[in-house]
Amino acid sequence: MTALLQVEGLARSFGAIKAVDGVSFEVGAGEVVGLIGPNGSGKSTLFNCILGQIGPSAGQVTFEGQQITRRSPLALNRLGIGRTFQMLQVFPRLSVRDNLIVAGQEHEGRLFGRLLAPPDAGLGAAADEMLEQFRLSHVAHQAAGDCSFGQQKLLDIAMAFMTGPRLVLLDEPAGGVNPNMLGDLHALLRRLNADRRTTFVVIEHNMEFVMRLCDRVLVLAQGRILAEGTPEQVRANPAVIEAYLGD
Amino acid sequence: MTRWLLPAAVLAVLIALPHGLKSYGIYLLSLWAVYAMAAMGLNLTLGYAGQVSLAQAAFLGIGAYVSALLTVNGVSFWLALPLAGLVCFAVGILLGFPALRVQHHYLAFVTLGFNALVFLVLRNEEWLTGGTYGVEGIPRPSLLGLPTQSPIGFYYLSLGFLVVLSFALYALLRSPWGRAFAALRENPTRAESLGVDIRAYTLLAFAIGSGVGGLAGAFYAPLVEFIDPTPFDLGTSLALLLMVVVGGSGYFAGPFLGAALVMLLPEWLRFSESLYLLLYALLVMVLMATCPSGLLGLWAQARERLSRRRPPPPVLETRT
Repeated sequence: MTALLQVEGLARSFGAIKAVDGVSFEVGAGEVVGLIGPNGSGKSTLFNCILGQIGPSAGQVTFEGQQITRRSPLALNRLGIGRTFQMLQVFPRLSVRDNLIVAGQEHEGRLFGRLLAPPDAGLGAAADEMLEQFRLSHVAHQAAGDCSFGQQKLLDIAMAFMTGPRLVLLDEPAGGVNPNMLGDLHALLRRLNADRRTTFVVIEHNMEFVMRLCDRVLVLAQGRILAEGTPEQVRANPAVIEAYLGD
Repeated sequence: MTRWLLPAAVLAVLIALPHGLKSYGIYLLSLWAVYAMAAMGLNLTLGYAGQVSLAQAAFLGIGAYVSALLTVNGVSFWLALPLAGLVCFAVGILLGFPALRVQHHYLAFVTLGFNALVFLVLRNEEWLTGGTYGVEGIPRPSLLGLPTQSPIGFYYLSLGFLVVLSFALYALLRSPWGRAFAALRENPTRAESLGVDIRAYTLLAFAIGSGVGGLAGAFYAPLVEFIDPTPFDLGTSLALLLMVVVGGSGYFAGPFLGAALVMLLPEWLRFSESLYLLLYALLVMVLMATCPSGLLGLWAQARERLSRRRPPPPVLETRT
C-alpha cells in the first residue's frame, strides 16, 4: 500500500515539556488509522502539528510525496486534507445547509468568480445529498446553533467531506455523541471510506468505537508511539494496558 | 414574493413622506438616507464579517472630500461618485491589514487611531482640504437633465441611490461571498480549515464596507453644500456604530432602522428642551441593556419564541 501521509520524527515542545517527541508513522491510501492514548499523551498536539495549526519543533510531514510541514490550514485544505476539531466547530448562525455549502464553496472557481456565482455556489445538490447521508435533512434550514449536540457533531463531520478530501483527520468524532447514534456514525464513516476511498486518521477515547472502526491503531504515550498494530494486537499489548491503567 | 411586500410598502411611504414635510424635515430624510448608506457599509464589515471598525466616519469624510474637491473644480458628480467609492475601497484594504493581526478591542483601537489620523489630515492639510475653513459651494448634481437643487429633488436622488445600493449589497450578501463573510465572523479557524481564504475575505470586508462609506460621503457633500472636518470625527463613527448596533448588527434592514432611530430620536425629544440629550442617552442605554442584539434581534427573538410554541420537528431516528 502506498503511503498517503508520512510523518517523520515530528516533535513539539512547550517549554521543558515534550508534548510530541519524535513521532514517525505512515498512513496508506484508503486506510482507517486510530490514534489513541491517555489524556495528555500528545494526540491533539500531533494533529495540530500535522495540520499546520502549530509549527513543529522538528520533523517533517509529507502528503502524497509532497512536503507539507508548516503549511497553513488553508493550503492543506486545498491539497485535499480535511479535519474536524475536538470541540464542536460549526457556524451557529448559518443554517445547517449553509454550513455544508460554505464548507465546499471555496473549492469551486476563483474568488472573484464566486461573487457572480449562484447563491448556493452550485453545491445545493451536493449539500442535500450530504444532509441525507448524515440524516440531517429535517434540520436543513434550522440554524446550526439551534440543533442538538449530536446533530451538530454530525454536521461538523459532514462539513469536512464537502471539499472531497482524500485524507480526513477526525478529532474525537464520537465524543459526546449519544451511544444510540454511535452505530450510525461508525456505519457512515465506513461507507465514506468504502465509497469515496477517503483515508482517515481518528483520535478517539471511546475504545469500542475506535477498535471497531479502524484497520490499524497507533498508541501514543508521553508524546511517543508506544505500540502499533491491528486493534486485536493493540488490545492485547501489555504496555498499552499498563499505559492506560498504570500500576 | 411576500418577502418583498414590506420593503415595497416602506419604499412607498418614503416616497410619499416628504410631501407633508417642510425643508428641514426633507433635509433630515436626505441625511437619514446618507447615514443609512454609511451604516450599511459598516454593517457589512462589522455585522456580517465580524470586523470591528471605529473608522466609518473617516471614510464618509474621505468620500465627501473627494466628491467636493472634484465637483467644485468642474468634474461631474457622476464621475466623482465612483471615484470616491474607489479611493475609500483602496484605503479600506490598507486598513484591513491590521485586522489580519489583531481582533476585537485591539482592532477597535487601531481603527479609532485611523479615524483620528484622517480627521487631523482634513484639518491640517489646508492646501488640499481648506482646513477648518472647509470646502464651500459644492454643487448638487443633475440626473438626466433633472436638477436636484430643491430639497425634495436631492432627497429622491439620495433615496434612489440608497435603493440601488441596497439591491447591490443584498446580491453580494446572498452570493457565496456573503456566506464566507459569515463564516469569517463566526469561526475563522474553522473557516480556514475548510478552505475559506480568511485573509482575502477580511481585506474585502474592510474594503467594501469602506467603499460604501465613501459613496455615502459623496452624497453627503452636495447635500450640505459645505464641508469641514467636524462631521467626520470619532463622534460620528460612534454614532454610525450605534446605528448598526441599535438597528441589529448583521441584519440587512438594521442600518435603516438604526439610522432613523439615532437621527430622529434627538429631534423627537426636543420638547424636553435642555434635557433632550440626557433623555436620548438614557433611552439608548436602556435599549442596549434590554436588547443587545438590536431592534431586529428583538423581533427575531419574538418570532422564534412564537415558532417554538408549534410542535417540534421530528427527532433524529437511530438505526440499530
